[in-house]
Amino acid sequence: MSATTHIGARLETALGNSRVVLHDEELREYAVDGVMPGAIVRPAYAAEVGELVRFAASEGLSAIASGSRSKLNLGMPPTRYDIAVDMRGIQQVAHYDAGDMTLSVDAGLSLRALEKVLSDKGQFLPLAVPCYETSTIGGAVASGIDSALRQQYGNVRDFLIGAEFIDGTGNLCKSGGRVVKNVSGYDLHKLLVGSLGTLGIITRLNFRTFPLPQVFAGFYASFTDAAQALAYRSSLEDRGLPLANVELLNPVAVALASQLLEKSNHALPLGGDPSRWLVFVSYEGSDALVERILRELHSLAREANAVESGKLSTAVDAHLGGVLREAFDWLRWSAPQVVLFRIALPQIPAVVFTKLQAIASDAGLRVVLLVRAAGIVYAAVLAEQEHLASIDRLSKVAEEVFPFVNEKKGSAILLHAPQTLKQRINVWGTKRDDYHLMKRVKLAFDSQGVFSPGRFVGGL
Amino acid sequence: MTLSLVQELTSLLGTSNVLYRAEDLTLYEYDGSVEKARPDAVVFPRTTEDVSRIVRLAAKHQVPIVGRGAGTGLSGGALARTGGLMLVFARMNRILEIDIANRRAVVQPGVVNLDITRAVEHMGLYFAPDPSSQKACTIGGNVSENSGGPHTLASGVTVNHVTALEMVLPDGEVVRIGSRHGDSTGYDLCGLFVGSEGTLALVTEITVKLTRKAEAVKTLLAIFDRVDDASQTVVEITARGITPAACEMVDGWTLCAIEDYIHAGFPRDSAAILLIEMEGLFEGTERQAAAIEEVCRFYGAREVRVAKDTKERDLLWKGRKNAFGALGRLAPSNYVLDGVIPRSKLPIALRRIQEIGKKYGFSIGNIFHAGDGNLHPIVLYDPRDESALERAIVASEEIIRHCVELGGALTGEHGIGMEKSELMPLLFSDADLDLMKRVHDAFNPDSSLNPGKIFPLSKGCGEIRVKGSNAARESRK
Repeated sequence: MSATTHIGARLETALGNSRVVLHDEELREYAVDGVMPGAIVRPAYAAEVGELVRFAASEGLSAIASGSRSKLNLGMPPTRYDIAVDMRGIQQVAHYDAGDMTLSVDAGLSLRALEKVLSDKGQFLPLAVPCYETSTIGGAVASGIDSALRQQYGNVRDFLIGAEFIDGTGNLCKSGGRVVKNVSGYDLHKLLVGSLGTLGIITRLNFRTFPLPQVFAGFYASFTDAAQALAYRSSLEDRGLPLANVELLNPVAVALASQLLEKSNHALPLGGDPSRWLVFVSYEGSDALVERILRELHSLAREANAVESGKLSTAVDAHLGGVLREAFDWLRWSAPQVVLFRIALPQIPAVVFTKLQAIASDAGLRVVLLVRAAGIVYAAVLAEQEHLASIDRLSKVAEEVFPFVNEKKGSAILLHAPQTLKQRINVWGTKRDDYHLMKRVKLAFDSQGVFSPGRFVGGL
Repeated sequence: MTLSLVQELTSLLGTSNVLYRAEDLTLYEYDGSVEKARPDAVVFPRTTEDVSRIVRLAAKHQVPIVGRGAGTGLSGGALARTGGLMLVFARMNRILEIDIANRRAVVQPGVVNLDITRAVEHMGLYFAPDPSSQKACTIGGNVSENSGGPHTLASGVTVNHVTALEMVLPDGEVVRIGSRHGDSTGYDLCGLFVGSEGTLALVTEITVKLTRKAEAVKTLLAIFDRVDDASQTVVEITARGITPAACEMVDGWTLCAIEDYIHAGFPRDSAAILLIEMEGLFEGTERQAAAIEEVCRFYGAREVRVAKDTKERDLLWKGRKNAFGALGRLAPSNYVLDGVIPRSKLPIALRRIQEIGKKYGFSIGNIFHAGDGNLHPIVLYDPRDESALERAIVASEEIIRHCVELGGALTGEHGIGMEKSELMPLLFSDADLDLMKRVHDAFNPDSSLNPGKIFPLSKGCGEIRVKGSNAARESRK
């Protein structure tokens, strides 16, 4: 009897065979960085997840929970992967009080389905994350991936008000609640955001919801160089305009975004000049507010010597917004081999771009640069060939970028890297001084290392 | 506490930074709550190194430590429940750096909340969380309690405005978490430590976000003849998706006390007022104000006034923020409660609070953050009447239980402290509390930091559910 069959048989005994899948073809679909699970479990209730985790803990097995699996390759490859827990069967809206603007929803519900529930009441959740069409709410939170609406609505931790999850002992635990202000007990749910499922399996999440804006609008301004574009971006912040999203694109990023727009028969009004830097702004509110913001955007664009600027048509705004929301997804597949850095810096002077471009250029590679909401820089380095030399070059780039960002008092991680590269470098970048505190948190939640072992910072 | 520890502390910090005589310690046996507990000694560190050395000394002598800012807390969080050493941060009160380009300030924990705003307001910036005690309370206390305030409805509470912390762990190790940017790699440790009520570490340095002052501020005073109408107005404002910067309610009984004291211009003959503020671009605030005024009038506001200028606005807020002080004129003591409910349940909750007040023979005033469902019923009592505090505590527990029954929580901004530790099982299961305890023990394994807080003292949680009230009363003796 193979090890897989052995796990499968025991799982079927523990959970019932209708919940357990052992076919190789399906197992391959749940691979994380090439590592395949021994079995897939599809629970229908939170209590079943608890049973599964108790079983895993007692048998010394590991489990990785997933939703649509669109971001499962974040982090490092797992050191062990016995059970894939597909959470999509747990997908009820447990509580939605539109009048109170609070929501409690199961982890496996898709963002699209949730959007429908909320929009019927004129509300929404500002989680504009990549792979939106398939993502589940649990996956969006556990991945911690950036939302394109972060500029205005903050990170998910700012509107997540409570959670239920299975801890490493198999117990169903909760923290927070369903009220918008609450300091009862430790805010353990905040730890779950971006934890890649290493602390527990999220079963339910509580949020505050937001009213859908009356009007959406988009604006662009193009510049001849990075310094001008950055100055414009800074002037928007200094003016204190309530903007939903601000994204700055280098010429390579503009070209890639344009290609994607063309697929939906839309075009950026840039006159075909391939050397322009672009700032895209989306904003929303009432008619009067949107008009006022437009006036300010025009005025600041003139002051910043924009080559071109103007309001985007509704269709182009919507499509470009969608393209930029999905940046993580298309950037990682925009060349045969790609490393995608996510860089947070206290400040972004133009020399940072110059340096990143120089590092890539020295290795004979192109770099796509996006400055996203809250000043997060996405830098994708593209290798056009899929051979080992490309991996060597990408590896060299990573070895230079991590210390450079560290020197600038920032932090960098790799959101995407080829599997072979992950064998050489750690996607979490420079080791942090507070790693030992994170280890304490991990041990408190999951002392036996059931959840996603090895994928997180420092091998947690 | 041994004499040798006092001697070692004195030699470490100097005589002016160590208190140990009974008459000196009396001041530190209170905070803003009704709780009382006396430390064995009080020390005033001036640097992070001082804190680390004190913690090591205390560990050597196996003496517990509680951190304290200004002592304005309302849940007994900064009281030495089991005695021991109190570490007061009042002399670690320097603003270390103001980083305008990144809109950050790096401050020591003893800096008074309002002093951060005072230091940066000439540059058009401010520190957003604004507890009513902001003229006295310290940022270290705000971090421990994850404090809120009237203007946190739109801008969020303390945790939303802290990006990095320097802390001393119970073994004296100095650690840093978070980053200036606020987007550091790994678990959101700032999210865990902010609001942990000093039970995991002592915070010695805080990096806070500075917020740009809004272009336009509009303040409305809506006057109602019925409390129900005012609370229905809040429900409807929320349901329409309008989020003002602040939405405060004060009932008529409290208004009179405020007027006698502050002369803020509140009507003496009304049942309740709503103080609602909009911030943002001019076009946005005008529209919000019009929509809110429409709701107020629909629900029977007899008058909606707009503050004419900054002076009038400041006076209204002075009245609101000094309300608790004003109530001191009505009774020798008061007990400020802190519960939170789903906002749609506001009318039911306010009616129930009045019923509970009648049942126990108290007049209960209400001054609270209506917009986020954060109730602050105030029970006035005379501490010379021994049974009065006892009844006030029982009444308060009944109110908090009602909040939980409505889908709410035990505390919106004051913290659990020692006031509500026995009520935790109302909200959390044994499994929830067990995990929180494991997290606690991961950082504070010997409970040497702030012992007796947050977690129920009773052993079995099942037992607590039955005996909650008795245990809570017992803990106050």
